[in-house]
This record gives sequence, C-alpha cells and structure tokens, in this order.
Amino acid sequence: MAATERTALRTLVLVGVIAVGAAALVSGSYEFSRDRIEANRQERLLQELQSVLDSAFSKAALNPTRIQASDPQRLGYEDPVDVYIVQDEERPRAAVFPAVAPDGYHAPIHLLIGVSADGVVTGVRVIEHRETPGLGDVIEIGKSDWIVQFDGKSLTSPQPPQWAVDDDDGSFDSITGATVTARAVVAGVRSGLEFYEARREELFARAADEATDRATENATDRAAEEPVNE
Amino acid sequence: MSRVRVLMLGGLWRNNPALVLLLGLCPLLAVTTTLVNGLTLGLATLVVVAATNTIVSMMRHSLVAVVRIPLFVLIIASIVTCIDLLTHALLFELHEILGLFIPLIITNCAILAQAETVASRRPVNESLVSGIATGLGFCGVLVVLGAIREVVGQGTLLAGLDLLVGPWAANLRIDLPFDGMLVAVLPPGAFFGLAVVIALRNLIAARTGAPGRRMRTARVRRS
Repeated sequence: MAATERTALRTLVLVGVIAVGAAALVSGSYEFSRDRIEANRQERLLQELQSVLDSAFSKAALNPTRIQASDPQRLGYEDPVDVYIVQDEERPRAAVFPAVAPDGYHAPIHLLIGVSADGVVTGVRVIEHRETPGLGDVIEIGKSDWIVQFDGKSLTSPQPPQWAVDDDDGSFDSITGATVTARAVVAGVRSGLEFYEARREELFARAADEATDRATENATDRAAEEPVNE
Repeated sequence: MSRVRVLMLGGLWRNNPALVLLLGLCPLLAVTTTLVNGLTLGLATLVVVAATNTIVSMMRHSLVAVVRIPLFVLIIASIVTCIDLLTHALLFELHEILGLFIPLIITNCAILAQAETVASRRPVNESLVSGIATGLGFCGVLVVLGAIREVVGQGTLLAGLDLLVGPWAANLRIDLPFDGMLVAVLPPGAFFGLAVVIALRNLIAARTGAPGRRMRTARVRRS
C-alpha cells in the first residue's frame, strides 16, 4: 500500500515539475517573440498596403486608418473586413480593401484592391488562390504582370460592359488556358469597385471620425504624461 | 567501430527515420517543394529531436513507466511551441510559407520513437548523439527530396535561401535552363521523389552488402 502511494506521489511530483518547466519555457519564448511577431505583422501589412497604392505614398508616411465594413454581396466575405483609409491633413487620399472573386477555377480567389480617393485603381494583388499552377497562377505578381493591367482603371473607364476579358469582347487581357481565372479576377475587381463606389462617402466619414478620435486620445495621453511642475 | 560512429551511421543510414523507418512522412511530403523549405523544417526537427533526447535522458532515472508517453509528448510539444514562436519572430517570411508544418513536428513519430527507445534507456551523451544523427538523417532526406523536386519542378535550386540566412544569399539561387515539370511540385511529385530516393538507398545498401531492411525484419521474425 505504502509503495503504491509512494509511486503515485512520485508520479504527481514528476508530472508537476515537468509541467511547470514546460510552462516556463513556453511563456518565456512567448514573451520574447510577442513584440517581434506583432512588429513583423505590422511591417508586412504596410508592405501589402503599399504594394497596391500609388508609389507616391512612402511606407513610413502611410499611417492608415483601419475601419471595418461588411458587404457580403459585393466583397464576398460574410464577416466584416478591414478597410484601410489613407488620409493626409484630414483629407482621404486612398483606400485599400480585400475582396473575393468567388468564381475561381478551384476555389475563390482572394484579392487586395487599392483605390485612389476618386475611384481609380492603383493596384490589385492576389493574396490567396488555388488556381492551377503553371496556368492560372500567372495572376500572382511574382509569376507575371498580368494583374498590373487593372492599374489606372475605374468603373467609368472602361465602361461597365467592357469590364470583361477580351475573349468576351471586354478590355482586359485574358489568360491562355485559364479563361475562367481571368474572368473571375476581372469580376472580383469590378464588384470590389462597386462596393467602394456605393460606400465611399460613409467609409471616408467614419475614417475621419476615427482619426480625430485617435488624435484626441493621443493628445489626452500626452497631457496626462506631462510632468506637473509646481 | 566506436559507439558514436555506430549511432551516427544508424540515424543517417541504417535506421534513417524517413527512408527505412518511414516515420514523419506527412511533413516530409508536404514541405519538400524546394530545398530551402525542406532544409528549414529539417533543421527545426533536428533541434527538437536533439533537445528532447537530452532532456528525456537526463530524467530517465526518475521516469514513471505509466506516464512516460504523455510526458514525452509534453516535452516535445513545449520545445516545438518554442521553436514555432521563435521562427515566427525571427524568420517571419519563412514561417508564413511553412505555416502549419512546424507545429506538426510534434506528431513526428521519429521523435517519440527516439525518446522511447533511446533516450529513456541510454546516458545523456549517447542519447544526444543518437538524436542528432536521427535529426540529420531526416534533414538530409528533406534536403535531397526538396532539391530533386525544386530542380525537376521549377528548374531552380536554392530559391528562397535569402529568407533563411539573409539577403546576401539571394545571389546563390541557380536558374537552370528549363522551366521544369509541374508534377514534381504537386503532391504526386512528392511520392515519386520519395520513391526514387528510397529505391536508390536500397540499391546502394544491396550493392555494398550492408545489412538492409530485409535482413533485419527476418531476424525479428525468427526471435
């Protein structure tokens, strides 16, 4: 009996010591990496935003305002998505938002669209897709510059009927062997622009509010931190 | 032959975890699209197996038989979580590519097998050497398979090395004068590639007369 109890106690102590050691190890490396991972994420976000924006915006000066918007119909996401508005001196200059092209060949194609304040596309990038490697994957910027043809386009130029690939008498290049992919991306960008067109004023107003809030908050913080000399 | 040599030879060749024991094949098949991806996962696995072997071996006298397997898994899982966090912090881009497969090192049976068959019975130095040998054996197969698939599939070699060791390595990328066959990069290519590597290993083992897999199983059956 005593022997069983001793074994049980030994087991408990052993498991306890190892669990504590493991917890210490994991939380230590979490503490070490947390800020770096966050910084990496932020850096990557700015890089992504910059890739679809006018090259006039430098990465350091971007300072985007994030707001949430939901439009399952046009954007293809059930949940609200992050929309980034770039403003300078309280004037909106550009917006970046994700959109889904639902009719990809194998799966929906996820896009990131950058638009100037007046609705002209400054850049589109494919964030995620499962198109056939070697055929449909030319939509990636790393594989070809097909996706660059959207730069400078808007809902008025070309006119809506021309928002199609050239196989369908539209004004965008199609992709040999992957017409479905090209059609899906063109339609996805177009419906993203429609979202922007319909909601632009509201988005800008909310971003301006958000920026004002942030500025006041910072000012209050600074005021609170200032040493009182008496 | 010295003990170290026997252990090294065992992990690298005679009992190679990927080619002979056929353990840990899921990450092996999934990440070996390029040499660098394979190398990174191989190095992570190497660190994990060496560290768990050392820790388990240090506490082998106080182990309690009934809870040993959960404890091994707990130790392996903590180390892998650390490595996952550290690669995410220090090698962000590469971590994005390897994604799920670093946490999946936990489920690599080769590591648990090392803890159970070697580390919990042998002194620390032998366990460490055996762990390093197993890790190197696994890493080697990942690198070879990654290289084969990268050359045949993309016509490049060492693409993405800059993500692992810094921007200067971007120049080491070799572009071969052909586009590559797509199938090598797709999942079936992983199986073809592994089959070729295993066949080559068995061929060499048969030629040199070293005891291969067949003889060992035969001996096990007799006993």
